[in-house]
Amino acid sequence: MRDLIFKIKENRKIAKDVYEMLLLGDTSDITRPGQFINIKLDGFYLRRPISVCDWSEDEIKIIYKVVGEGTEYMSGLKEGDELQVLTALGNGYSIDELKLSLEKNGHMRTVLAGGGVGVPPLYGLAKKLLEAGVRPDVVLGFNGAEDVFYKKEFEDLGLKVEISTMDGSMGKKGVVTDVMRAEDNSSLYDYVFTCGPEPMLKAVYDLVPEGQFSFEARMACGFGACMGCSCKTKYGNKRICKDGPVLMREEIIW
Amino acid sequence: MVKPDISTELSGIRLSNPVIPASGTFGFGKEFAELYDINILGSISVKGTTREPRFGNPQPRIAECPMGLINSVGLQNPGIDEVVKKELPELSEIYHKPVIANISGFSVDEYVECAEAVDKVENVGIIEVNVSCPNVHAGGMAFGTSAENIAKVTKAVKAVAKKPVYIKLSPNVTDITEMAKAAESEGADGLSLINTLMGMRIDVMRRRPVIANKMGGFSGPAILPVAVRMVYQVSKAVKIPVIGMGGVSSARDVIEMMMAGASAVQVGAANLTDPWACKKIIEELPGECEKLHIERLSDIIGCVE
Ligand SMILES: Cc1cc2nc3c(=O)[nH]c(=O)nc-3n(C[C@H](O)[C@H](O)[C@H](O)COP(=O)(O)OP(=O)(O)OC[C@H]3O[C@@H](n4cnc5c(N)ncnc54)[C@H](O)[C@@H]3O)c2cc1C
Ligand SMILES: Cc1cc2nc3c(=O)[nH]c(=O)nc-3n(C[C@H](O)[C@H](O)[C@H](O)COP(=O)(O)O)c2cc1C
Ligand code: FES
Repeated sequence: MRDLIFKIKENRKIAKDVYEMLLLGDTSDITRPGQFINIKLDGFYLRRPISVCDWSEDEIKIIYKVVGEGTEYMSGLKEGDELQVLTALGNGYSIDELKLSLEKNGHMRTVLAGGGVGVPPLYGLAKKLLEAGVRPDVVLGFNGAEDVFYKKEFEDLGLKVEISTMDGSMGKKGVVTDVMRAEDNSSLYDYVFTCGPEPMLKAVYDLVPEGQFSFEARMACGFGACMGCSCKTKYGNKRICKDGPVLMREEIIW
Repeated sequence: MVKPDISTELSGIRLSNPVIPASGTFGFGKEFAELYDINILGSISVKGTTREPRFGNPQPRIAECPMGLINSVGLQNPGIDEVVKKELPELSEIYHKPVIANISGFSVDEYVECAEAVDKVENVGIIEVNVSCPNVHAGGMAFGTSAENIAKVTKAVKAVAKKPVYIKLSPNVTDITEMAKAAESEGADGLSLINTLMGMRIDVMRRRPVIANKMGGFSGPAILPVAVRMVYQVSKAVKIPVIGMGGVSSARDVIEMMMAGASAVQVGAANLTDPWACKKIIEELPGECEKLHIERLSDIIGCVE
């Protein structure tokens, strides 16, 4: 973990209240998709945790939604502005775990299920999965058509993408699990990588038998020092920031 | 000018400098040892320990504030046995100086048991008795807000502990000097102050408290003036040494605390927003001393009348 200065290359609106920001700097601490960074903002005491959406050698892409004062401040930042960022935090998704399951079970129908600003980390994951020879389906859930982002980006990776919206203004009306369920109510998928609001994670948990779930928590430090973000799991207490944010399905306690 | 002497002393224990990470903001040191050589620290106050393992309070436990935060961690810890058998010995492998064992309890008996257990651990230099954690309804608060109960806990812990006992005081009282004197009169070797101030935030969109437990402990730079005031009042009222804390984030703040009367200084919330905070403060201290014409840091302890 390091506290590094990144320079904003681009900060643009991509959906209602949602912005994509490109940050230039040293990304070598990032090892896995699903990790996050913790951003210091002028005038705010705590940093803001935001998932790494995608990264290259010298560039991090994040996508954030304006939900409060901190993200509002971020949306006003301009190209050339600098941000102090703790990288890279959390465990991230494990492709090795999926491979172990594949070895055991043969073929597995794999899906990436994202809800709202839970979508971003799944994009970097999709790229890494493709590099590893895994071709997942993608299901993205939003409130309405105006909230939808990254449909095309996932399609450009050559993946099948389905959208669900709560108000039915795009794709299937309903939630992501409505797209992931067969007529007989069974799951269309054997393995899921997911990130989104907790009620969505719970619905996905109830449907798909195996997978990796990324959680959110209010954080003070983001690197395991304060116990602010703890949760109970079947394998004992875990810190979402350090032992998570990704938990394996079998360890989750609701 | 010769290099300023930034060492200090607590109950006969020499500290290479007065900077000590505060309990609950540094875990048992592991996360920080990956970032810098923690042996530069004057000492370390480890996470507060109770007799039984505790998960702590429900989520959310953290609320941001202007220049600070509220925490309602609720003393999450692995319990005294695990701390004595695993956490403290493991810390001794990465940190080679005496540490401060922070203990908490819901009854006098529990304090005594925890004190007895940590007293036997080799790398424990000081026992810090937290009578002030505002998060736990059942006990902590009640002890810290009554001089009578502070006296009881101090007396009971002193009866079993061979190592110096520091009572960590709550600021959530009408007259903190009364609490300080109660601890001193029962033989406390020193005092730590302040713990967090009781606070609350409301999510105005949802019309409900931000923190699941409604209230929590407020700390960070915002509380520095309150802490300086209390350290000043207490150190004038007692003869035993005081460890000052509350909002300390810079070498200047350390010096201010010491001028108010602190023999050493703990740094809490600052570790969370900047993991290298203690390291930076220690590195800045000599330069800051030079600027202020301080040759020996311990000379300024309580210099303000
Ligand atoms: C591991 C992780 C990854 C995340 N990734 C993304 C992402 O990729 N894109 C995105 O838009 N959002 C993401 N979030 C949520 C994001 O951190 C919050 O939306 C953001 O902190 C809100 O800040 P604010 O000042 O605008 O809101 P305010 O409500 O004013 O913030 C007040 C305090 O609450 C905290 N807070 C508020 N909402 C959340 C939340 N949902 N989760 C955690 N802390 C919160 C803030 O950090 C701050 O300390 C992630 C959260 C976590 C824990
Ligand atoms: C997340 C967090 C956890 C804490 N846990 C403890 C604890 O276990 N025992 C204790 O005596 N004090 C605890 N404290 C209080 C601090 O040790 C310190 O007294 C207080 O935060 C004031 O210092 P600061 O303003 O530098 O944070 C905790 C504080 C924070 C922020
Ligand atoms: S936020 Fe501090 S331990 Fe997770």
